This record gives sequence, structure tokens and C-alpha cells, in this order.
Amino acid sequence: MFTAAIVNQHLQSIPHAKALGLQCYGVEDDFIEIILPYADHLIGDPDTGVVHGGAITALLDNASGFIARPGAIEPGGAAIATLDLRIDYLRPATAGRDIIARAEMVKGTRTISFIRARAYDNTIDDPVAISTAAFMMGTPNRKVG
Amino acid sequence: MSDEQTEAGNGLGRFLRGVRIDDQPIDFSLLLERIPYARFLGLEVRQMGDEIITELPASEHLTGNQNLPAVHGGVVGAMLEFTAVLQLLHDTDCERLPKTVDISIDYLRPTRADRKTFGQAIVTRRGRRVANVRCELWQQDRATPVAASHGHFVLAPVDA
Repeated sequence: MFTAAIVNQHLQSIPHAKALGLQCYGVEDDFIEIILPYADHLIGDPDTGVVHGGAITALLDNASGFIARPGAIEPGGAAIATLDLRIDYLRPATAGRDIIARAEMVKGTRTISFIRARAYDNTIDDPVAISTAAFMMGTPNRKVG
Repeated sequence: MSDEQTEAGNGLGRFLRGVRIDDQPIDFSLLLERIPYARFLGLEVRQMGDEIITELPASEHLTGNQNLPAVHGGVVGAMLEFTAVLQLLHDTDCERLPKTVDISIDYLRPTRADRKTFGQAIVTRRGRRVANVRCELWQQDRATPVAASHGHFVLAPVDA
């Protein structure tokens, strides 16, 4: 079981998560929540101020990957690899609002984890995006090529 | 708001409409400059005839795994989405940014954070309102893609 402090420590070790300002928003037994604070540099449509889908992709990927591999948080430990990630953008995010991703493990095996996540900016019942991802466990966490 | 401010900031819709009215080809570099998130990523674009190639220079702040080091999966997804949208703007006369309905991303190999990444998309099916677009990213070798995607994009609202 991990805590908000561990999640935040891990996020701090990921340069892109730091650049996005990702923070742990909540940890429960069966899900984790990560928050993406609204920022001007995340805007995808300057006419509306709405955050670009790519930033939501990063948020969903990070939250999903986190719940997929609680055992691999230690630096240098076995890593995981995202096999695929499908995102449905249900509605535009509201300009000016922070976005929270809640990720839940649907099924975890020794080889593959199946994760679902929702991104919302108001209530969890009215998500801006939903995602489905599969992760492969235990890939070598070292320099490639 | 002065014209100068409009030029720099709030004029993406105006920029696209202006290009369409004048029937000019889109300067995709100028378009990306107007999108804050594209500037944050450092995304660039090169156009050779009908071929649009996006380019993402290596940068520390895009790293998702420092041990490999690999580009963050979200950045990979964002680049795929941008590449698809630019190809759609090129292939259609859409007067606004196409909106992503869904995107399905396959991560094929680690995208190395110390190398430049390239992207190219193909519009698989273009309907009146919705298009299906496939996209690939690669680094040193076009034949060994690091990621691929397919997705749906809304070109025009239902009432258009």
C-alpha cells in the first residue's frame, strides 16, 4: 500500500510530471487520484483556454501507470511498459479548472495489468475523458540501445 | 484588443478562417506557435509538398523515465494527436481545430528521451463530420516506429 507522500516523491522523480505540476490528490485502497493544476502553458485552444488533450493523456497515463505497479516504485527497480492506451474525450475540459484523474486496476496478473481511469474537473460522474490501458510488468529499467 | 494582441494570442480561429478565406496553404509552424501547449512541448513541423512531418527535439522536461531514459507516454500521445490534427487541417478545409473524439495509442518501443522524434499521419477515412486518422512516430529509423495510433476527430459540428 502506498501513501500520498510516496506518490508525490515518485512524481517528483519524473521530469515531465514535474513540468506538468502533477500532484497526488488522493489514495484509497482501490484507486489513486492525481491532479493536473490548470496552467496557461497547457492550453490547446487559445480562443477558449481549454487544456490540450495531450496534457490529459499524460495525466491519465501517469495515474494509470502508478496504480499498475505499486511494487516498482523504487528507483532502479523493475519498470513497467505501457502497451496501449485508449482515450475517449467525452467533453471539453472547463477552462481554468484543475483536472483530476482517478485510476483503478481492473485486473492485475504477473505479466499484464489492465487499468481504467477517468479524468474529471467537477465531479467523477461527469468525466471529461475516460481511458483503458494495458501495462506489461517487469521490463528492464535500464538504458536501451 | 488591438490587432497586435490578437496576432500574438487569441487569434487561432481567426488565423484559420483567414487562411481559408484567402485560400492559402496553412503555415503549420505559425499555427503551432499560437498553441501554448505545442510551445511547451517544443513541437516543430516540416512540410514537404503534401507530406507533413512533425518533429519533437529531445528535451529534459519531456522525460517520463530517467533510467532508460524515455519520453513520457503522455508526450508521445500528445505528439500523435498533434500530428493527426495537422494532417487533417492540411487534407480538409476545416476552419477550426478538429476535436479529438478518441485516440488509441500503441507503445511499440521505448521513445528515447535523448533523441529527436518524428511523426507522420495519414487520413484513413474522411467523412463530412468525422475523420479517422492513423499516425506513426519514429526516431532514427522510419521503418521501426516507436508508437502508433488511430483515432477519430470531429471536423464540423452537427449543425454545420
